[in-house]
Amino acid sequence: MIIPQTPLMVVLLVILAPLFGALLCGIDRRITARAQGRIGPPILQAVYDTIKLLRKEPMLLNRVQIVYAYLHLAFMILAMLLLVFGQDSLMFLFVFAFSTLSLVLGGMCVRSPYSRIGSQREIMLMVAYEPILILLMIGFYLVNGHSFMLSAPMTAAKPMLLSLPLLFIGFLVVLAIKMQKSPFDIATSHHAHQEIVKGLTIEYSGPYLAILEIAHFYEMALLFFFIVLFWSSPVWVGIILASLSFFLMTVVDNAFARLTSMWIFKFMWTGALILAVTNVLWLYWASK
Amino acid sequence: MTDVPKFNKSPWVVHFNCNSCNGCDIEFLACLTPLYDLERFGILHVGNPKHADVLVVTGSVNHRNSRVLKNVYDQMPEPKVVVAMGVCASTGGIFADGYNVLGGVDKVIPVDVFVPGCPARPEAMIDGVLKGAQILEAKHSGKTPLAEKNVITRTPTPVAAPAAQEKGASHA
Ligand code: SF4
Repeated sequence: MIIPQTPLMVVLLVILAPLFGALLCGIDRRITARAQGRIGPPILQAVYDTIKLLRKEPMLLNRVQIVYAYLHLAFMILAMLLLVFGQDSLMFLFVFAFSTLSLVLGGMCVRSPYSRIGSQREIMLMVAYEPILILLMIGFYLVNGHSFMLSAPMTAAKPMLLSLPLLFIGFLVVLAIKMQKSPFDIATSHHAHQEIVKGLTIEYSGPYLAILEIAHFYEMALLFFFIVLFWSSPVWVGIILASLSFFLMTVVDNAFARLTSMWIFKFMWTGALILAVTNVLWLYWASK
Repeated sequence: MTDVPKFNKSPWVVHFNCNSCNGCDIEFLACLTPLYDLERFGILHVGNPKHADVLVVTGSVNHRNSRVLKNVYDQMPEPKVVVAMGVCASTGGIFADGYNVLGGVDKVIPVDVFVPGCPARPEAMIDGVLKGAQILEAKHSGKTPLAEKNVITRTPTPVAAPAAQEKGASHA
């Protein structure tokens, strides 16, 4: 699967990706509701919410906060495009990390203690999951004939999942963190289960909150595409894999209670990291 | 803008307890349970006034917390509506004679919907919030003057009749 790098494709992706992400969020909320014996909101609820937020009165504490919200969105879009067009994976990782960092800085530049605690926790989460992502990229490098280009797995004959099974499990944990799912939603959280009021996003309101929401939709689409990469030779297998992973996240979200930040840190730096390192070492020795 | 009625599709609610007896609060939280399921209307219970569209207040307001109530109200971005849950929030209820009680949310901030009952039933509460959501849409399109206390009261006087009729949604 190689996507042509035309301006039209860029426009299409920038328009359609957030809609896809919103749909994923809507399905997630609906499944959660059904699991709890409720009817649940319409599938397009996330779209309605965002349109409503855009129509509300803009209220801001300082301009820097808004600049960071825009940066978060811009870098998220860029990261998604880098991924879809199969660009350098290290560049992708850097841009993706900077997007999250903008969110943290935006949360840090206001006086609300909740926002600050949320930002600190988000940094903690980044420290917890970034090693896994970097090891994943090293795994990519070893599998794809010593190339860091993300386009390499799209053309590879053997699906990456078969060479990187342990790293994939590690990545699923990262996915749960990035989707703000329950054992890991300490920095900010979704509607019904509030944590430190709203954490990172507490001081954003109206259209500025909508920017963060849209960035989150891009992020969801990005994560979905990323999982497809693990099995992209017949692309439909990858899509099924990604759908199953997202469904698993919803189940996990409903089955687990929230953990403390130190616990997450320990878990990531022991369990997940050992899985990832084992996988990389195995690949390394196998390639010798 | 009437063809995109998006406010009533996702009213986000912040709930504030102004010395209520907790009866109304428990009933309001019951609305979130599978039996009533507020979320199917797109209503979310947020903990942050900056994200909210609807302010649900329970309890007769007193001198101590009226300042806090005003503060919470002021932090909400426009358009916003206030729903007074229960008779305490509407008139002071059984606490109305208390020396410290102001008696009613509308003594402090403008109220758009009154939901009677002690405590109000969850069905009535959902009704009240949805009514409020329609007023949100009206407020956004400028049909209702924002935050005019005298116009949106429990007994519309003939003086304010044209404006009150336009409101249409104020409940006794
Ligand atoms: S209306 Fe009744 S149930 Fe509600 S707060 Fe007042 S006394 Fe309690």
